[in-house]
Amino acid sequence: MPAPLPYEYKYLRSKKKFPHVWCPGCGIGIVMGSIIRAVDSLSWEKDNIVMVSGIGCTSRMPVYVDFNTIHTTHGRALAFGTGVKMANPSLNIMAVMGDGDALAIGGNHIIHAARRNINITAIIVNNDNYGMTGGQFSPVTPEGAKTATTPYGMIEPGFDVCNLMEGAGAPFVARGTVYHIVELDRILTRAFRKKGFSVVEVLAPCPTNFGRANRLGGPVEMMKLLKENTINISQAKAMKPEDAHGKIVRGVFVDKVSISYEERYDKLCEKAGNLAGASR
Amino acid sequence: MIVPWGETRLVQGNEAVALGAVAAGIEFFAGYPITPSTEIAELLAKYMPLLGTKWIQMEDEIASISALIGARLAGAKSMTATSGPGFSLMQEGLGYACMAEVPLVLVNVMRGGPSTGLPTQVAQGDIMQARWGTHGDHPVIALAPSNVRECFEMTIRAFNLSEQFRTPVILLPDEIIGHMRERITFPAEGDLYVEPKPVPDVPVEWYEHYHVTASNVSPMACIGSGYRFHVTGLTHDVHGFPTRKEKEVIGKMNRLKHKITRRLDELEDVRMHDVEENPVTIFAYGSVYRSALAAQAMLKKRKKKVGVFRPVTLWPFPDRTVKEELDSKEVILVPELNQGQLIHEVERMTSDSVRVVPLHRIDGYEITPEEIVNAVLEVM
Repeated sequence: MPAPLPYEYKYLRSKKKFPHVWCPGCGIGIVMGSIIRAVDSLSWEKDNIVMVSGIGCTSRMPVYVDFNTIHTTHGRALAFGTGVKMANPSLNIMAVMGDGDALAIGGNHIIHAARRNINITAIIVNNDNYGMTGGQFSPVTPEGAKTATTPYGMIEPGFDVCNLMEGAGAPFVARGTVYHIVELDRILTRAFRKKGFSVVEVLAPCPTNFGRANRLGGPVEMMKLLKENTINISQAKAMKPEDAHGKIVRGVFVDKVSISYEERYDKLCEKAGNLAGASR
Repeated sequence: MIVPWGETRLVQGNEAVALGAVAAGIEFFAGYPITPSTEIAELLAKYMPLLGTKWIQMEDEIASISALIGARLAGAKSMTATSGPGFSLMQEGLGYACMAEVPLVLVNVMRGGPSTGLPTQVAQGDIMQARWGTHGDHPVIALAPSNVRECFEMTIRAFNLSEQFRTPVILLPDEIIGHMRERITFPAEGDLYVEPKPVPDVPVEWYEHYHVTASNVSPMACIGSGYRFHVTGLTHDVHGFPTRKEKEVIGKMNRLKHKITRRLDELEDVRMHDVEENPVTIFAYGSVYRSALAAQAMLKKRKKKVGVFRPVTLWPFPDRTVKEELDSKEVILVPELNQGQLIHEVERMTSDSVRVVPLHRIDGYEITPEEIVNAVLEVM
C-alpha cells in the first residue's frame, strides 16, 4: 500500500500544474508551504479562500494552490482583492506579491489598502530584486548591491517595509524569513486571523539573480545569511544597540485592535438608511 | 425608490447613467474623481448605501477598474465612470477584463484631449482609444448615447451586453450629453429587460471557466459559489490556466474575436433618417447627431434634402450596413468633435467614388446645425 500523501497535497493543484516555475533554491515555495500550513491550522474551507497576486515570481503562486485564485496585473493584487472582498465579505482573502510588485508598481495600492484597513492579508515575499525579469533592482534592494540595472551598485535607499506599513495604518505588521519556518507559520496564522489589513514581509533568497550578482553563494549559503543576519524582537530588545546594529529584526511589530473597512461600510449603510427614513 | 419609474422628470445625462446603473442592478461601483463624469460617482455614493450595495472611491483609475474586475469575479455587477485621462489609465484593466472575459461597464464621458486637454469641454476624441487603447487584439463593444433618455436605457443595455458577451462594455457619452438636462419619462418598472447574471448548470467537477460553446460565451461561475477556478491575464486554456500550446492559444484568441464578429446582429444599432432616397448623407453620433438632425430640418426648409445616418453602437462598427446603405452615395459628410476618427471607418467601407468629407471642431464647443448646413451647401 502506498504511503498516504502529506496533508499539504489537499491544498495543491497537484495533478497537472507541477513542476512549478521557481528556480532551485528559491524561497517562494517555502512561503507557499507555510501559507498552506497556516490555512490548515485555521480549518478554512478552500471554497472560501481567495488568493490574489500580481505579476512576478511570487505572483505565480496562485496556479499551484487549490483555492479561488486570481493572477492579476502587475501591482494590482490588492486593488482586485478589494473588489472581491467588498463583493463578498465572507471570503478570506490573501494577496501574495513580490517586493517590486507590492512596493514599486503597487506602492500606491498597498498604502491605501493599509489606510483603508480592508480585511485582506498581504504577504510580501522580499527577495531584494525582480526575479522574473532577470534581477533588476527593487525599492528594497540594499544600498550598494549589484543588480542587472545597478551594475555600479544601488544608489537609492530602500523602504523599511514594516515601518512603511505601520505608518500607513496597518493594524498588523510582521516580518519573517523562509529560514525561520515555524515562526513564519505562526506569524501567518495570526495574520490570517486578524480582522483588518495585515501585512507579513517574508525575507527569501533569490540565488539565481540577486545571490549570483552579489556573490552571496548558493541556496545553502543564502539560507545561512537569513539565519545569521536576522534576530527576533525579544533578542533585539535584550541586545545592546551596537550589537543589534545591521541585524534585521523579525517578529510581529504591530497588532492592534481596529475596525475594518467592511465593518465601517456596513455602519455607513445603516446610517444612510436611517437618514433616508428620517427625511421621509 | 431611487429610479422614478413611470414618472416624468428633468434629468441630467450623468444622472440618467447613475439611475440606469441602479435599474440594471449595479452591485459594485469603484471610481476616481474626474471631470466631467463626477456626478455619476457622486449620485451612486448617495444611492448605493441605501440599497446596501457597495461603492468605493479608489486611489486611482487603475485601482478602480481592478477592483471592478475583482468584484464581478466575486459575483457583483460592476460599473465605473471616468473621462479621457482616467480612461487611459484604465486601459490596463480593460485589457485584463477582455482577456479574462469579465463583464463590466465603463462609462467614459468624453472631454477634450490629449492629456489634460480641455477638462470641462466637449470632445469625441476617445473613439479610437475605446477601440484600440489596450494592447493586443481584443474584442470591444462601445455605445454612444445622444440624449438623456438614452443615457438611462443604454446604461442598462451596456450591463446586459456585458453579461451576454462576457466582456467589458464601454459607454461613450460626450460631455454635452453627460451634462445636458432634458425632460424624460421613465419606463414603467419591469418594462426594460435586465439580463440576469448567468449561472453555470454543470456540476462543480465538470466546470470549465472558459468552456467552448456555439456562442463562444459560457456561463461564468463566481468566486465563493463552490466553483473554484483560476483567472489570469496570461493566455490560458479552457480551465483558465496559462498555456503556450499553439492550438489553445489560437483557440482562445479566435474565440475572443468570434464572440463579437459572429454575433454582429445582436450588437448593431443604427438610426437612419431619409438616407435611402438622398445622395447626400450626414454621418454623426453622440451630441453631433442632434445637430445633424437639426441641420437636416433646416436644409429641408431650403428644399435641400439630405439623409442622416447614426451609428449607436460605435464598436463593432456597422460595416455591412454602412456598405449597403452608404456606398451608393455621392457625398457623406462626417462631422466629429475631433480631428477625424470614425471617418476612417466610413472611408474603409465605401468606394473611392464616394466623397467622404470631414467637418472637425476641436475647440471644446459643439458643432452647430448651422455649421453642418454650411458644410452641406458647400459640397452639394
